[in-house]
Amino acid sequence: MAISKEQVTHVADLARLSFTDEELGQFTDQLSQITDMFNELQEVDTKGVEPMTHVVDLVNVLREDVPAAANPQEREALLKNAPDAEDGYIKVPAILDNEGDDGE
Amino acid sequence: MNYFTNDLTKIHAQLVNKELTSYDLTKQTITALKETDKKVDAFLTLNEEKALEMAKAIDEKGIDPANLLAGIPVAVKDNIMTKDLRTTAASKILENFVPVYDATVMEHIYAHDMVPIGKTNMDEFAMGGSTENSAFKTTKNPWNLTKVPGGSSGGSAAAVSAGIVPIAFGSDTGGSIRQPASFTGIVGMKPTYGRVSRWGLIAFGSSLDEIGPMTRSVKDNATVLAAIAGFDEHDGTTVNKKVPDFTANIAKGVKGLKIGLPKEYLGEGVQPEVKAAILAAADKFRELGATVEEVSLPHSKYGVAAYYIISSSEASSNLQRFDGIRYGVRATDVKNLNDVYVRSRTEGFGPEVKRRIMLGMYSLSAGYYDAYFKKAAQVRTLMKQDFANVFADYDLIMGPVAPTTAYGIGEDVSDPLTMYAGDVLSVPVNMAGLPGLSLPAGFAAGLPIGMQLIGKAFDEQTIYQAGYAFEQATDFHKETPTLGGNN
Repeated sequence: MAISKEQVTHVADLARLSFTDEELGQFTDQLSQITDMFNELQEVDTKGVEPMTHVVDLVNVLREDVPAAANPQEREALLKNAPDAEDGYIKVPAILDNEGDDGE
Repeated sequence: MNYFTNDLTKIHAQLVNKELTSYDLTKQTITALKETDKKVDAFLTLNEEKALEMAKAIDEKGIDPANLLAGIPVAVKDNIMTKDLRTTAASKILENFVPVYDATVMEHIYAHDMVPIGKTNMDEFAMGGSTENSAFKTTKNPWNLTKVPGGSSGGSAAAVSAGIVPIAFGSDTGGSIRQPASFTGIVGMKPTYGRVSRWGLIAFGSSLDEIGPMTRSVKDNATVLAAIAGFDEHDGTTVNKKVPDFTANIAKGVKGLKIGLPKEYLGEGVQPEVKAAILAAADKFRELGATVEEVSLPHSKYGVAAYYIISSSEASSNLQRFDGIRYGVRATDVKNLNDVYVRSRTEGFGPEVKRRIMLGMYSLSAGYYDAYFKKAAQVRTLMKQDFANVFADYDLIMGPVAPTTAYGIGEDVSDPLTMYAGDVLSVPVNMAGLPGLSLPAGFAAGLPIGMQLIGKAFDEQTIYQAGYAFEQATDFHKETPTLGGNN
């Protein structure tokens, strides 16, 4: 089951990644080869087998919904990691194209 | 301090007797690191100033005679978050990231008075088996500087192997502690899933990831695991079980133990010298009084396919958080918000990480979910059952860690399928959540061969017991690398 370039473009879009034409060709070939390897799984009889997504039996852990005390230094340190921040907020560009004013 | 000839017990005795201070030990270690790392390139970030401060404070407080780890310099893989110390996961997208909190494992490290001297190189986001996928540098194998150290915990492995530190911490999603331990001739433990907290470990495949110790000897490894294991309220997948003293039964020997040797682990693709070393190890265990018999793990051959579907799916979801908004590197030449996401991720991630994200997205996408993700999760159930069937009759499973010894730098990296095939013997352990140890079991053309010992869930003790018996009966762990070129 070969993967088409269109499929790869669609998946790249979902993944918020972009590729040049050359990269797209390379990825299409590689992903096709890898999914060929994945297809070997089809020969395993899994009728009635429960899928396993976790190895330990997970239980819900509940606690009182009490906010921990905010630490202003931690807030500052967190904002320091943000690429762009102002007045205690993280700055981002506009959602819509904003040619004249780039939101900065 | 020579970490080749001094284990934790010996260093500890000198610290307790005040022949040595933690400050001097840390200072010497960092000085030697700077020299050795010119050849090995194991470290991404040094913690020099703070490590020396910490060591001084530990000296002032006094070395606890009951704590073998007090005052010992250690190295930490760069996907384990260290407060106020840059943590990059060897990715450009986190080039400037400084965590605001410590991973739980770091809290254990500090609570036991270990001294972290630096962060080690790795494959970007722990995706890879050679450390060549690092965005920053290529780590070399101390046994032969033209070979890879394995990966993804290649920096941690090389740091221990080269004698820079006695202890390093790694993470293992599909072999990332055991395979580099095998390639560099050291001891690496991937503990049972749920044994060690993953809080503060930058997530790759959350149902597979586990942090573990890398050391020169089995006993040191057991000592370190006891220090970092245990329930953590910050990680809902840690299991609330008492952490045993892993060294308690370590010298009990293997007499009467039943060890299974899966025929699938010595099949096609396994280098003849590796196979010979494992068969010789089986004979050694028999000589020591254990029973070793051939067993079968029939779904092993599907492990790589199922693993790459599951781990990539989990990764594609986990790595969505890297969007250039709250932390990390943000692309500048953008028109709108969506552009920030796309450009930051496209410029920030390396090719292997993009490949895994794409594989995961594809496996989870509409129309393919049943054929890929669900199918892989079903095969995972069968793989776990394979192990359960063997462990109904056996105490341990033995085999190689990797099909080959370390390969040349640049040899495999361009072909993902060849790279993925190298994981065939290590991924089943993660899929089933079991503990697995790599320890030195031979050499081929001057390169180390690792043996893998796999145990029942939460039975690291029996693994250490057998590993220690093997180590005491052999000399492979006494060999040390020369840090040369082609040997």
